[in-house]
Amino acid sequence: MMGDKFWGYRRENGCVGVRNLIAIIPSVFCSAKVAQRIDQSVPKAVHFSHPVGCSQVGADLAITAKTLIGVGRNPNFSGVVVVGLGCERFTPAELAQGIAPTGKMLETVVIQDVGDSIAAIEKGTRYARHMQQAASIQRREECDVSELMIGLNCGGSDTTSGLVANPALGIASDKLVAQGGSSILTELTELIGTEHILARRAINEEVAADILKAIRTMEERLKRQTQNSSNEKRKNLISTGNFDGGLSSVVEKSLGGMKKSGNAQFVEVFKYGNAPTKKGLLLLDGPGHDGEVTTGQVAAGAQIVCFPTGRGTPSGFPGVPVIKITGNPRTYERMKENLDINAGTVITGEKSLQQVGEEIYREIIAVASGKITRAEALGHDEQFCIWRMPD
Amino acid sequence: MEQFAALDKKTALVLDQKDNVAVALTDLIAGDVCVVVEDGGKRYEVVTVEDIPFGHKFALVDFQKDDGVFKYGEEIGKMKVEMKKGGWIHNHNMYCDRGMK
Repeated sequence: MMGDKFWGYRRENGCVGVRNLIAIIPSVFCSAKVAQRIDQSVPKAVHFSHPVGCSQVGADLAITAKTLIGVGRNPNFSGVVVVGLGCERFTPAELAQGIAPTGKMLETVVIQDVGDSIAAIEKGTRYARHMQQAASIQRREECDVSELMIGLNCGGSDTTSGLVANPALGIASDKLVAQGGSSILTELTELIGTEHILARRAINEEVAADILKAIRTMEERLKRQTQNSSNEKRKNLISTGNFDGGLSSVVEKSLGGMKKSGNAQFVEVFKYGNAPTKKGLLLLDGPGHDGEVTTGQVAAGAQIVCFPTGRGTPSGFPGVPVIKITGNPRTYERMKENLDINAGTVITGEKSLQQVGEEIYREIIAVASGKITRAEALGHDEQFCIWRMPD
Repeated sequence: MEQFAALDKKTALVLDQKDNVAVALTDLIAGDVCVVVEDGGKRYEVVTVEDIPFGHKFALVDFQKDDGVFKYGEEIGKMKVEMKKGGWIHNHNMYCDRGMK
Protein backbone atom coordinates (compact mmCIF):
# COMPACT_ATOMS: atom_id res chain seq x y z
CA MET A 1 0.00 0.00 0.00
CA MET A 2 1.39 3.41 -0.96
CA GLY A 3 0.43 6.00 1.58
CA ASP A 4 1.68 9.30 2.97
CA LYS A 5 5.35 9.48 3.94
CA PHE A 6 7.34 10.61 6.95
CA TRP A 7 11.05 10.73 7.82
CA GLY A 8 12.12 8.06 10.30
CA TYR A 9 15.08 6.01 11.51
CA ARG A 10 15.15 2.50 10.01
CA ARG A 11 16.35 -0.07 12.59
CA GLU A 12 18.28 -3.33 12.14
CA ASN A 13 15.07 -5.41 12.37
CA GLY A 14 13.22 -3.28 9.81
CA CYS A 15 11.13 -1.31 12.31
CA VAL A 16 11.15 2.49 12.14
CA GLY A 17 11.80 4.89 15.01
CA VAL A 18 10.73 8.53 15.14
CA ARG A 19 13.43 9.42 17.69
CA ASN A 20 17.07 8.29 17.89
CA LEU A 21 17.82 7.97 21.59
CA ILE A 22 19.71 5.68 23.97
CA ALA A 23 17.47 4.01 26.57
CA ILE A 24 18.93 3.35 30.03
CA ILE A 25 16.72 0.66 31.60
CA PRO A 26 17.05 -0.64 35.17
CA SER A 27 15.93 -4.26 35.62
CA VAL A 28 14.97 -3.50 39.23
CA PHE A 29 14.20 -0.42 41.35
CA CYS A 30 17.53 -0.86 43.19
CA SER A 31 19.46 0.21 40.07
CA ALA A 32 17.13 3.12 39.19
CA LYS A 33 19.41 5.88 40.49
CA VAL A 34 22.43 4.51 38.65
CA ALA A 35 20.33 4.47 35.46
CA GLN A 36 19.27 8.07 36.08
CA ARG A 37 22.89 9.17 36.67
CA ILE A 38 23.99 7.55 33.40
CA ASP A 39 21.16 9.37 31.58
CA GLN A 40 22.29 12.67 33.15
CA SER A 41 25.78 12.16 31.72
CA VAL A 42 24.62 11.45 28.17
CA PRO A 43 22.68 14.16 26.26
CA LYS A 44 20.77 11.86 23.88
CA ALA A 45 19.69 9.36 26.53
CA VAL A 46 16.50 8.72 28.49
CA HIS A 47 16.06 6.53 31.56
CA PHE A 48 13.17 4.39 32.76
CA SER A 49 13.11 4.41 36.56
CA HIS A 50 10.44 2.19 38.14
CA PRO A 51 9.61 0.77 41.57
CA VAL A 52 9.44 -2.96 40.63
CA GLY A 53 11.53 -5.90 39.33
CA CYS A 54 11.84 -7.91 42.55
CA SER A 55 9.63 -9.53 45.24
CA GLN A 56 6.92 -10.07 42.63
CA VAL A 57 5.42 -13.36 41.42
CA GLY A 58 3.23 -14.76 38.67
CA ALA A 59 1.33 -12.52 36.27
CA ASP A 60 2.50 -9.39 38.08
CA LEU A 61 6.20 -10.22 37.58
CA ALA A 62 5.56 -11.42 34.02
CA ILE A 63 3.92 -8.10 33.12
CA THR A 64 6.87 -6.16 34.58
CA ALA A 65 9.36 -8.32 32.66
CA LYS A 66 7.52 -8.17 29.32
CA THR A 67 6.89 -4.45 29.59
CA LEU A 68 10.54 -3.57 30.32
CA ILE A 69 11.65 -5.78 27.42
CA GLY A 70 9.02 -4.17 25.16
CA VAL A 71 10.17 -0.65 26.04
CA GLY A 72 13.76 -1.67 25.24
CA ARG A 73 12.61 -3.06 21.89
CA ASN A 74 10.76 0.14 20.92
CA PRO A 75 12.31 1.46 17.67
CA ASN A 76 12.60 5.03 19.01
CA PHE A 77 15.71 3.74 20.82
CA SER A 78 18.82 3.01 18.75
CA GLY A 79 20.62 1.48 21.71
CA VAL A 80 19.91 0.22 25.22
CA VAL A 81 22.02 0.03 28.38
CA VAL A 82 20.49 -2.45 30.84
CA VAL A 83 21.40 -1.63 34.44
CA GLY A 84 20.98 -4.43 36.98
CA LEU A 85 21.77 -4.81 40.65
CA GLY A 86 22.70 -8.50 40.50
CA CYS A 87 20.39 -10.34 42.90
CA GLU A 88 16.94 -9.27 41.57
CA ARG A 89 14.17 -11.69 40.58
CA PHE A 90 13.89 -10.21 37.07
CA THR A 91 17.51 -10.64 36.01
CA PRO A 92 19.38 -8.11 33.85
CA ALA A 93 20.38 -11.02 31.58
CA GLU A 94 16.72 -11.84 30.94
CA LEU A 95 15.99 -8.20 30.12
CA ALA A 96 18.96 -8.02 27.73
CA GLN A 97 18.05 -11.35 26.08
CA GLY A 98 14.55 -10.05 25.43
CA ILE A 99 15.85 -6.94 23.68
CA ALA A 100 18.74 -8.61 21.79
CA PRO A 101 16.68 -10.04 18.85
CA THR A 102 16.06 -6.46 17.61
CA GLY A 103 19.77 -6.29 16.70
CA LYS A 104 20.10 -2.82 18.22
CA MET A 105 23.15 -1.70 20.25
CA LEU A 106 22.90 -3.33 23.66
CA GLU A 107 25.12 -3.47 26.76
CA THR A 108 24.56 -4.55 30.36
CA VAL A 109 26.01 -3.17 33.59
CA VAL A 110 25.46 -5.04 36.86
CA ILE A 111 26.26 -3.03 39.98
CA GLN A 112 27.28 -5.99 42.19
CA ASP A 113 29.59 -7.27 39.41
CA VAL A 114 31.43 -4.01 38.72
CA GLY A 115 31.93 -3.00 42.35
CA ASP A 116 29.77 -0.10 43.42
CA SER A 117 27.31 2.44 42.08
CA ILE A 118 30.01 4.92 41.07
CA ALA A 119 31.80 2.23 39.05
CA ALA A 120 28.46 1.20 37.48
CA ILE A 121 27.67 4.81 36.52
CA GLU A 122 31.10 5.13 34.92
CA LYS A 123 30.82 1.89 32.95
CA GLY A 124 27.26 2.61 31.85
CA THR A 125 28.16 6.16 30.82
CA ARG A 126 31.00 4.87 28.61
CA TYR A 127 28.63 2.40 26.92
CA ALA A 128 25.93 5.03 26.37
CA ARG A 129 28.42 7.64 25.10
CA HIS A 130 29.77 5.19 22.51
CA MET A 131 26.22 4.29 21.44
CA GLN A 132 25.35 7.95 21.11
CA GLN A 133 28.28 8.52 18.77
CA ALA A 134 27.35 5.49 16.66
CA ALA A 135 23.70 6.63 16.51
CA SER A 136 24.73 10.14 15.46
CA ILE A 137 25.71 9.03 11.96
CA GLN A 138 22.28 7.61 11.19
CA ARG A 139 20.05 9.83 9.02
CA ARG A 140 16.28 9.89 8.72
CA GLU A 141 14.93 8.22 5.60
CA GLU A 142 11.58 8.36 3.87
CA CYS A 143 9.15 5.82 5.31
CA ASP A 144 5.53 4.93 4.64
CA VAL A 145 2.91 5.81 7.28
CA SER A 146 2.02 2.11 7.37
CA GLU A 147 5.18 1.84 9.55
CA LEU A 148 3.60 4.04 12.23
CA MET A 149 1.85 2.80 15.35
CA ILE A 150 0.15 5.38 17.55
CA GLY A 151 -1.18 4.96 21.07
CA LEU A 152 -4.51 6.60 21.98
CA ASN A 153 -5.04 7.77 25.54
CA CYS A 154 -7.15 10.48 27.08
CA GLY A 155 -6.46 11.98 30.48
CA GLY A 156 -8.06 14.76 32.47
CA SER A 157 -11.25 14.33 30.46
CA ASP A 158 -14.23 16.65 30.46
CA THR A 159 -17.30 16.72 28.25
CA THR A 160 -15.40 18.44 25.42
CA SER A 161 -13.17 15.33 25.15
CA GLY A 162 -16.13 13.24 24.02
CA LEU A 163 -17.66 16.04 21.95
CA VAL A 164 -14.67 17.16 19.87
CA ALA A 165 -11.11 16.10 20.87
CA ASN A 166 -11.77 12.34 20.78
CA PRO A 167 -13.93 12.33 17.61
CA ALA A 168 -11.31 14.51 15.85
CA LEU A 169 -8.54 12.10 16.93
CA GLY A 170 -10.76 9.27 15.65
CA ILE A 171 -10.72 10.90 12.20
CA ALA A 172 -6.89 11.03 12.29
CA SER A 173 -6.70 7.43 13.55
CA ASP A 174 -9.01 6.20 10.78
CA LYS A 175 -6.84 7.96 8.18
CA LEU A 176 -3.68 6.27 9.50
CA VAL A 177 -5.34 2.84 9.72
CA ALA A 178 -6.80 3.18 6.18
CA GLN A 179 -3.20 3.51 4.92
CA GLY A 180 -1.99 0.40 6.71
CA GLY A 181 -0.78 1.99 9.94
CA SER A 182 -1.72 0.93 13.47
CA SER A 183 -3.60 2.62 16.28
CA ILE A 184 -4.05 1.26 19.82
CA LEU A 185 -7.06 1.87 22.06
CA THR A 186 -6.66 0.79 25.73
CA GLU A 187 -8.24 2.15 28.97
CA LEU A 188 -10.62 -0.78 29.48
CA THR A 189 -11.84 0.65 32.79
CA GLU A 190 -13.07 3.59 30.72
CA LEU A 191 -14.71 1.52 28.01
CA ILE A 192 -17.26 0.07 30.42
CA GLY A 193 -20.69 0.52 28.85
CA THR A 194 -19.39 0.63 25.27
CA GLU A 195 -18.53 -3.06 24.84
CA HIS A 196 -21.61 -3.80 22.69
CA ILE A 197 -20.71 -0.92 20.34
CA LEU A 198 -17.01 -1.87 20.10
CA ALA A 199 -17.83 -5.56 19.56
CA ARG A 200 -19.97 -4.60 16.54
CA ARG A 201 -16.84 -3.03 15.06
CA ALA A 202 -14.76 -6.24 15.38
CA ILE A 203 -13.40 -7.73 12.16
CA ASN A 204 -14.76 -11.18 13.08
CA GLU A 205 -16.66 -13.03 15.83
CA GLU A 206 -13.49 -14.11 17.59
CA VAL A 207 -12.28 -10.53 18.02
CA ALA A 208 -15.81 -9.48 19.09
CA ALA A 209 -15.74 -12.18 21.79
CA ASP A 210 -12.26 -11.04 22.89
CA ILE A 211 -13.49 -7.43 23.26
CA LEU A 212 -16.53 -8.44 25.35
CA LYS A 213 -14.44 -10.77 27.52
CA ALA A 214 -11.64 -8.24 28.14
CA ILE A 215 -14.02 -5.48 29.24
CA ARG A 216 -16.12 -7.87 31.36
CA THR A 217 -12.99 -9.21 33.10
CA MET A 218 -11.83 -5.65 33.85
CA GLU A 219 -15.25 -4.70 35.24
CA GLU A 220 -15.32 -7.82 37.46
CA ARG A 221 -11.84 -6.98 38.78
CA LEU A 222 -13.05 -3.47 39.67
CA LYS A 223 -16.11 -4.87 41.43
CA ARG A 224 -13.92 -7.13 43.59
CA GLN A 225 -11.81 -4.12 44.55
CA THR A 226 -14.80 -1.98 45.57
CA GLN A 227 -16.83 -4.69 47.35
CA ASN A 228 -15.29 -4.04 50.75
CA SER A 229 -17.41 -1.42 52.51
CA SER A 230 -14.29 0.19 54.03
CA ASN A 231 -13.51 1.35 50.49
CA GLU A 232 -16.96 2.90 50.10
CA LYS A 233 -15.56 6.36 49.39
CA ARG A 234 -12.89 5.04 47.00
CA LYS A 235 -15.01 3.34 44.40
CA ASN A 236 -15.49 6.11 41.88
CA LEU A 237 -13.87 5.27 38.57
CA ILE A 238 -13.87 8.86 37.48
CA SER A 239 -12.01 11.72 39.12
CA THR A 240 -13.16 14.94 40.75
CA GLY A 241 -11.91 16.81 37.67
CA ASN A 242 -14.03 14.63 35.41
CA PHE A 243 -17.06 15.44 37.58
CA ASP A 244 -16.25 19.16 37.56
CA GLY A 245 -15.95 18.94 33.78
CA GLY A 246 -19.52 17.67 33.51
CA LEU A 247 -19.03 13.89 33.29
CA SER A 248 -21.51 12.16 35.60
CA SER A 249 -20.74 8.45 35.20
CA VAL A 250 -18.09 6.09 33.88
CA VAL A 251 -20.44 5.08 31.06
CA GLU A 252 -20.73 8.72 29.94
CA LYS A 253 -16.93 9.02 30.04
CA SER A 254 -16.54 5.73 28.14
CA LEU A 255 -18.94 6.71 25.36
CA GLY A 256 -16.84 9.82 24.75
CA GLY A 257 -13.55 7.96 25.26
CA MET A 258 -14.13 5.28 22.65
CA LYS A 259 -14.60 7.94 19.96
CA LYS A 260 -10.84 8.41 19.68
CA SER A 261 -10.70 5.01 17.95
CA GLY A 262 -12.73 6.38 15.02
CA ASN A 263 -14.90 4.03 13.00
CA ALA A 264 -12.32 1.46 11.85
CA GLN A 265 -12.70 -2.26 12.56
CA PHE A 266 -10.79 -3.83 15.44
CA VAL A 267 -8.41 -6.50 14.11
CA GLU A 268 -6.92 -7.82 17.37
CA VAL A 269 -7.16 -7.71 21.17
CA PHE A 270 -3.75 -8.25 22.80
CA LYS A 271 -2.43 -8.56 26.34
CA TYR A 272 -0.50 -5.93 28.33
CA GLY A 273 3.26 -6.36 27.90
CA ASN A 274 2.84 -8.00 24.48
CA ALA A 275 3.19 -6.62 20.97
CA PRO A 276 0.30 -7.08 18.50
CA THR A 277 0.59 -9.65 15.70
CA LYS A 278 -1.60 -7.66 13.27
CA LYS A 279 -1.63 -4.12 11.88
CA GLY A 280 -4.66 -1.87 12.02
CA LEU A 281 -6.92 -0.78 14.87
CA LEU A 282 -5.97 -2.72 18.02
CA LEU A 283 -7.30 -3.06 21.55
CA LEU A 284 -4.66 -3.41 24.27
CA ASP A 285 -6.12 -5.17 27.33
CA GLY A 286 -5.03 -2.76 30.05
CA PRO A 287 -6.26 -0.36 32.71
CA GLY A 288 -7.20 3.35 32.64
CA HIS A 289 -4.24 5.03 34.37
CA ASP A 290 -2.62 7.41 31.84
CA GLY A 291 0.93 6.25 32.50
CA GLU A 292 0.11 2.55 32.65
CA VAL A 293 -1.76 2.90 29.34
CA THR A 294 0.97 4.72 27.43
CA THR A 295 3.67 2.46 28.92
CA GLY A 296 1.78 -0.60 27.62
CA GLN A 297 1.40 1.07 24.22
CA VAL A 298 5.12 1.99 24.01
CA ALA A 299 6.04 -1.59 25.06
CA ALA A 300 3.81 -2.77 22.18
CA GLY A 301 5.87 -0.68 19.75
CA ALA A 302 3.97 2.64 19.53
CA GLN A 303 6.35 5.40 18.40
CA ILE A 304 3.89 8.25 19.16
CA VAL A 305 1.06 8.77 21.66
CA CYS A 306 -1.96 11.00 20.91
CA PHE A 307 -3.48 12.34 24.09
CA PRO A 308 -6.76 14.31 24.29
CA THR A 309 -7.19 16.24 27.54
CA GLY A 310 -10.16 18.48 28.31
CA ARG A 311 -8.96 19.61 31.73
CA GLY A 312 -5.34 19.88 30.60
CA THR A 313 -2.40 17.71 31.67
CA PRO A 314 1.30 18.36 30.94
CA SER A 315 2.67 14.80 31.23
CA GLY A 316 4.96 13.21 28.65
CA PHE A 317 6.83 9.96 28.01
CA PRO A 318 10.63 9.43 27.96
CA GLY A 319 11.75 9.15 24.33
CA VAL A 320 8.24 8.94 22.90
CA PRO A 321 6.43 12.08 21.69
CA VAL A 322 3.01 12.67 23.25
CA ILE A 323 0.73 14.94 21.20
CA LYS A 324 -1.69 16.82 23.46
CA ILE A 325 -5.12 17.74 22.09
CA THR A 326 -7.74 19.70 24.00
CA GLY A 327 -11.37 20.13 23.01
CA ASN A 328 -11.87 22.82 25.62
CA PRO A 329 -11.14 26.34 24.29
CA ARG A 330 -10.79 27.70 27.85
CA THR A 331 -8.22 25.04 28.74
CA TYR A 332 -6.28 25.88 25.58
CA GLU A 333 -6.11 29.55 26.55
CA ARG A 334 -4.87 28.68 30.05
CA MET A 335 -2.43 25.88 29.19
CA LYS A 336 -1.21 26.72 25.66
CA GLU A 337 2.39 25.82 26.48
CA ASN A 338 1.37 22.25 27.30
CA LEU A 339 -0.97 21.67 24.35
CA ASP A 340 -0.20 20.87 20.71
CA ILE A 341 -3.67 21.02 19.13
CA ASN A 342 -6.65 23.25 19.95
CA ALA A 343 -9.71 21.19 19.01
CA GLY A 344 -11.74 23.77 20.96
CA THR A 345 -11.95 25.62 17.65
CA VAL A 346 -14.83 23.24 16.84
CA ILE A 347 -16.72 24.39 19.97
CA THR A 348 -16.14 28.06 19.11
CA GLY A 349 -17.31 27.44 15.53
CA GLU A 350 -13.99 28.37 13.87
CA LYS A 351 -13.31 24.93 12.40
CA SER A 352 -15.17 21.74 11.57
CA LEU A 353 -14.48 18.42 13.24
CA GLN A 354 -13.10 17.13 9.93
CA GLN A 355 -10.66 20.06 9.69
CA VAL A 356 -9.32 19.43 13.19
CA GLY A 357 -9.07 15.69 12.45
CA GLU A 358 -6.88 16.53 9.42
CA GLU A 359 -4.85 18.93 11.58
CA ILE A 360 -4.14 16.15 14.10
CA TYR A 361 -3.15 13.76 11.30
CA ARG A 362 -0.71 16.32 9.83
CA GLU A 363 0.73 16.87 13.32
CA ILE A 364 1.32 13.11 13.71
CA ILE A 365 3.28 13.09 10.42
CA ALA A 366 5.27 16.20 11.43
CA VAL A 367 6.11 14.77 14.86
CA ALA A 368 7.04 11.42 13.30
CA SER A 369 9.46 13.33 11.05
CA GLY A 370 11.18 15.06 13.97
CA LYS A 371 9.06 18.01 15.14
CA ILE A 372 9.14 17.97 18.93
CA THR A 373 5.93 18.15 20.94
CA ARG A 374 5.19 20.65 23.70
CA ALA A 375 5.73 17.87 26.28
CA GLU A 376 9.17 17.13 24.77
CA ALA A 377 10.08 20.83 24.60
CA LEU A 378 9.27 21.20 28.29
CA GLY A 379 11.01 17.95 29.29
CA HIS A 380 7.91 16.16 30.56
CA ASP A 381 8.57 12.42 31.00
CA GLU A 382 6.36 11.28 33.89
CA GLN A 383 4.13 8.75 32.14
CA PHE A 384 6.43 5.72 32.33
CA CYS A 385 4.89 3.36 34.87
CA ILE A 386 4.15 -0.33 34.60
CA TRP A 387 0.71 -1.79 35.34
CA ARG A 388 0.69 -3.94 38.49
CA MET A 389 -1.69 -6.85 38.13
CA PRO A 390 -3.94 -6.39 41.19
CA ASP A 391 -5.10 -10.00 41.60
CA MET B 1 -22.60 18.48 15.16
CA GLU B 2 -19.97 19.32 12.55
CA GLN B 3 -19.76 22.94 13.47
CA PHE B 4 -20.97 24.48 16.72
CA ALA B 5 -22.24 27.96 17.45
CA ALA B 6 -19.99 30.55 19.05
CA LEU B 7 -19.46 30.40 22.82
CA ASP B 8 -21.04 33.79 23.50
CA LYS B 9 -24.45 32.50 22.43
CA LYS B 10 -26.55 30.47 24.85
CA THR B 11 -26.50 27.16 23.05
CA ALA B 12 -26.60 23.48 23.94
CA LEU B 13 -26.12 20.33 21.93
CA VAL B 14 -28.11 17.10 21.67
CA LEU B 15 -25.87 14.30 20.40
CA ASP B 16 -28.42 11.65 19.40
CA GLN B 17 -32.13 11.37 18.63
CA LYS B 18 -32.61 9.06 21.65
CA ASP B 19 -31.09 11.59 24.08
CA ASN B 20 -33.14 13.25 26.81
CA VAL B 21 -30.39 15.63 27.94
CA ALA B 22 -28.52 18.46 26.21
CA VAL B 23 -24.88 19.55 26.78
CA ALA B 24 -24.41 23.27 27.54
CA LEU B 25 -21.84 24.92 25.26
CA THR B 26 -21.72 28.00 27.50
CA ASP B 27 -22.32 28.72 31.18
CA LEU B 28 -26.10 29.05 31.69
CA ILE B 29 -27.97 30.55 34.62
CA ALA B 30 -31.47 29.70 35.83
CA GLY B 31 -34.07 31.30 33.57
CA ASP B 32 -31.84 31.48 30.49
CA VAL B 33 -33.56 30.77 27.19
CA CYS B 34 -31.13 28.31 25.62
CA VAL B 35 -31.09 27.32 21.95
CA VAL B 36 -30.85 23.55 21.79
CA VAL B 37 -29.31 22.17 18.59
CA GLU B 38 -30.05 18.55 17.72
CA ASP B 39 -27.80 16.28 15.70
CA GLY B 40 -29.22 16.90 12.24
CA GLY B 41 -29.73 20.62 12.75
CA LYS B 42 -33.21 20.90 14.33
CA ARG B 43 -33.35 23.79 16.85
CA TYR B 44 -35.68 24.69 19.68
CA GLU B 45 -35.62 26.66 22.92
CA VAL B 46 -35.49 25.34 26.49
CA VAL B 47 -35.67 27.54 29.60
CA THR B 48 -33.18 26.45 32.27
CA VAL B 49 -34.52 26.10 35.82
CA GLU B 50 -31.06 25.89 37.43
CA ASP B 51 -27.54 27.18 36.69
CA ILE B 52 -25.82 24.84 34.20
CA PRO B 53 -21.99 25.10 33.91
CA PHE B 54 -20.26 24.85 30.51
CA GLY B 55 -20.06 21.22 29.40
CA HIS B 56 -22.71 20.01 31.85
CA LYS B 57 -26.10 18.43 31.07
CA PHE B 58 -29.68 19.59 31.54
CA ALA B 59 -33.01 17.79 31.21
CA LEU B 60 -35.00 18.04 27.97
CA VAL B 61 -37.99 16.28 29.55
CA ASP B 62 -39.50 15.90 33.02
CA PHE B 63 -37.75 12.94 34.70
CA GLN B 64 -39.25 10.57 37.30
CA LYS B 65 -37.04 8.76 39.84
CA ASP B 66 -35.16 5.82 38.18
CA ASP B 67 -35.79 7.10 34.64
CA GLY B 68 -32.84 6.42 32.32
CA VAL B 69 -30.62 9.33 31.28
CA PHE B 70 -29.58 9.09 27.61
CA LYS B 71 -26.56 10.78 25.99
CA TYR B 72 -24.77 9.66 22.77
CA GLY B 73 -27.91 7.52 22.24
CA GLU B 74 -26.97 5.30 25.21
CA GLU B 75 -28.06 5.11 28.84
CA ILE B 76 -25.36 6.76 30.98
CA GLY B 77 -27.25 6.34 34.29
CA LYS B 78 -30.61 6.68 36.05
CA MET B 79 -32.17 9.49 38.10
CA LYS B 80 -31.99 9.30 41.91
CA VAL B 81 -34.84 11.83 42.13
CA GLU B 82 -37.42 13.63 40.00
CA MET B 83 -36.15 16.43 37.77
CA LYS B 84 -38.02 19.07 35.78
CA LYS B 85 -37.20 19.97 32.19
CA GLY B 86 -34.38 22.55 32.20
CA GLY B 87 -32.81 21.16 35.41
CA TRP B 88 -29.14 20.27 35.95
CA ILE B 89 -28.34 16.54 35.71
CA HIS B 90 -25.09 15.39 37.26
CA ASN B 91 -23.71 12.89 39.78
CA HIS B 92 -25.65 14.56 42.63
CA ASN B 93 -28.98 13.40 41.16
CA MET B 94 -27.94 10.62 38.76
CA TYR B 95 -26.49 7.17 39.54
CA CYS B 96 -24.70 4.48 37.57
CA ASP B 97 -23.52 1.19 39.08
CA ARG B 98 -21.29 0.02 36.23
CA GLY B 99 -17.73 -0.72 37.35
CA MET B 100 -18.76 -0.65 41.02
CA LYS B 101 -20.18 -3.18 43.47
